[in-house]
Amino acid sequence: MKKLFKSGNPYIWLTAGTLTVCLLMIGGLVVLIMINGLGVFWPHRIAKMTLSDGAVVLGEIAKSESIPHQKGSYRTKLKIGNRDVYGLDFRWVDNTNIVSCEYPTESLVFERREWGNMYGFLKGLKQGDDIKPIDLKEMTALLGTSHTLFKKIRRIEKKEIGDINYDMEKYRLELKRLTLEQPTERIQKKTEAIRAHIDALEKSYREKEDTLTGLYTSAREKEIVALLADGTEKTMPVLQIIRVYAPNKMGFFAKTGFYFEKLWEFVSGEPREANTEGGIFPAIFGTVMLVLIMSIAVVPLGVLTAVYLKEYASDNIVARFVRISVSNLAGVPSIVFGVFGLGFFIYFIGGGIDKLFFPESLPSPTFGTGGILWASLTLALLTVPVVVVATEEGLSSVPTSIREGAYALGATKFETLWKVVLPQATPGMLTGMILAMARAAGEVAPLMITGVVKLAPSLPLDSHFPFVHLERKFMHLGFHIYDVGFQSPNVEAAIPMVYTTTLVLLFTVLILNLTAILVRNKLRKWYSTTSI
Amino acid sequence: MVQHNIDIKKLKIPEPIVVITDLSLYYGKTQALKGITLDISQKRVTSFIGPSGCGKSTLIRCLNRLNDLIEGVTIEGNIKIDGQDIYAPAINVTELRKKVGMVFQKPNPFPKTIYENVVYGPRVQGINKKSVLDEICEKALKKAALWDEVKDRLRTSALDLSGGQQQRICIARAIATEPEIILLDEPCSALDPIATAKIEDMLVDLKKDYTVIIVTHNMQQAARISDYTGFFMLGTLVEFNITTEIFTNPREKQTEDYITGRFG
Repeated sequence: MKKLFKSGNPYIWLTAGTLTVCLLMIGGLVVLIMINGLGVFWPHRIAKMTLSDGAVVLGEIAKSESIPHQKGSYRTKLKIGNRDVYGLDFRWVDNTNIVSCEYPTESLVFERREWGNMYGFLKGLKQGDDIKPIDLKEMTALLGTSHTLFKKIRRIEKKEIGDINYDMEKYRLELKRLTLEQPTERIQKKTEAIRAHIDALEKSYREKEDTLTGLYTSAREKEIVALLADGTEKTMPVLQIIRVYAPNKMGFFAKTGFYFEKLWEFVSGEPREANTEGGIFPAIFGTVMLVLIMSIAVVPLGVLTAVYLKEYASDNIVARFVRISVSNLAGVPSIVFGVFGLGFFIYFIGGGIDKLFFPESLPSPTFGTGGILWASLTLALLTVPVVVVATEEGLSSVPTSIREGAYALGATKFETLWKVVLPQATPGMLTGMILAMARAAGEVAPLMITGVVKLAPSLPLDSHFPFVHLERKFMHLGFHIYDVGFQSPNVEAAIPMVYTTTLVLLFTVLILNLTAILVRNKLRKWYSTTSI
Repeated sequence: MVQHNIDIKKLKIPEPIVVITDLSLYYGKTQALKGITLDISQKRVTSFIGPSGCGKSTLIRCLNRLNDLIEGVTIEGNIKIDGQDIYAPAINVTELRKKVGMVFQKPNPFPKTIYENVVYGPRVQGINKKSVLDEICEKALKKAALWDEVKDRLRTSALDLSGGQQQRICIARAIATEPEIILLDEPCSALDPIATAKIEDMLVDLKKDYTVIIVTHNMQQAARISDYTGFFMLGTLVEFNITTEIFTNPREKQTEDYITGRFG
């Protein structure tokens, strides 16, 4: 026994075992999220069940489990959809009550813009009082025209009317600014010119609105009739429907194609129905932009601080105190930084900016409210210790001999630092940046009080001058997970979206980090071949 | 050749370029150099030998004021180069270091290309014209006997070279700033005999244009290449003389013990 311990082998087992546990936990986490997240868009079969009380239900089998306290009996959770009819998306069925279960090939899933999925059969197209029977192919063609129409409507709503509103708001603010000034003749003239602009805009706005109403009326005219599980008929406009498919008829390849179509819609589309359906593109965009602005802010701040602390500050009590304080900042709860961001950035600086530059829009704030800039700066403060520590380590790793080599060639301290030491310490700095990015991308608490929202009407980057709108509110993947999973009206239906969004968040962080690592390697190469 | 009959206490050095008078140096409270007085002759190779920790490296680091970088170093006494007190307040340290180049024990090329390493000094001095830099680079590499080996790969990283080549890059880098004096701090201690022989040949060539001061552990090396040799022990200069004198006819018992290998 003594010999065994002396050989050191047990310690190797202990350390290796601990490592294995860590790896298993990380692997388990990723696998759990992948299993739950990746299967969401796979089309499941539709089951038609006849129950002992004569009722017929149609839906996807979501889960099967044993009934608590009743040994040997099981129950099944069915996603029956049709929220507008049944009020609930899911239904528990005791297995003992199921008389028969089949998978009818004609059963369809109707993906709708509102009220979630509908499961049923297609009866036909409504023409006056008659119903003209159509098949899935004709239905798809109908959907094609309706999608073109829908896109047109959306373009008018979002782009054209949006532009008019944007301009109108601009003129309105200009008008208000003019009223704040001394009334002179020149101002009078200007005011009239702006009024004329506004009138013209209002006129074109009304025109657009009329076109829109026309489009909507004509679009609503086309209606289809569907048959629900219990035999009732349901009429709805084609415009309401996004997609119709028959999962029981699909082969493996059709399902795969469908899967990727849905996946693409998820990462590139906009959210629908209180975020529980549709895509999460604005959240991905918000997260990436937030992290990028944060990096732009945190790297100079952290690097300069570290350079002073390491290279210039003498090693006295004050420097040591500062160093300890910087390290301790990393341990401050992130919500505290959020409160600081709210008080300092938003109310103090943002409020000051509003008073100085945007007095015409007061009392509604421009910069004096949460926005992507303030959220980024708050996160930059949160992550500055990471960058400082990593940069200091990078600077320490530059050997004294290299510094002395530069000094011996007649370089000053600054030249040595700038041309020899800093380039060699760049990997350390970028490592700091990578760690900061990873931390920032996953932080949610401080964002909730500095500008993240459930649904942002526009991205912080668009085609309106000056293109980057740092004062705008934004969506964020981390907050989206919390919101979809725990704040949405339809939590049960949204749970799969939680896992998928988590997966996307992981991937986003991974891609951001990989990019940073690539940049680091490129920079290292670049520095070794330039004169800097 | 140098004159031979010399007073040990006051060795008459022809054309002294460095004059050290009663130099003492302290690291905090520890005294590392104790009243060193010696002259170094222009365009000759002078070597400093002695056991580890005897202060020979410390002494040459005084000549380009590299000891300034270490905290808590105090210096007494006087060093004159070209008649100028290099510790006078008016002295520009970076100018001094351009005049007194240095090569270190471990090859320390910058993680840049061979070319950028060599022209680093001229660039710091503000020379940016490519044709001038090219010329400086070629000249320096030729003097360092490296040109033929690297002329086809000047744009590759200096870190890809062998240890001996790296050390010659460092010598070329020092030469490129056109110094008057070149200090070498045990330049061959990390190299194999063949690389060492190359550098020794080169150093003998270099004394045509430069004053060379070399610290070495290797007594044969000192005997082979230097004109003058100083023997140090525990921070004092025990003996300073023409190299042949020191190795054939040491005046001090300690010197004799050291060079005959009785200790050290």
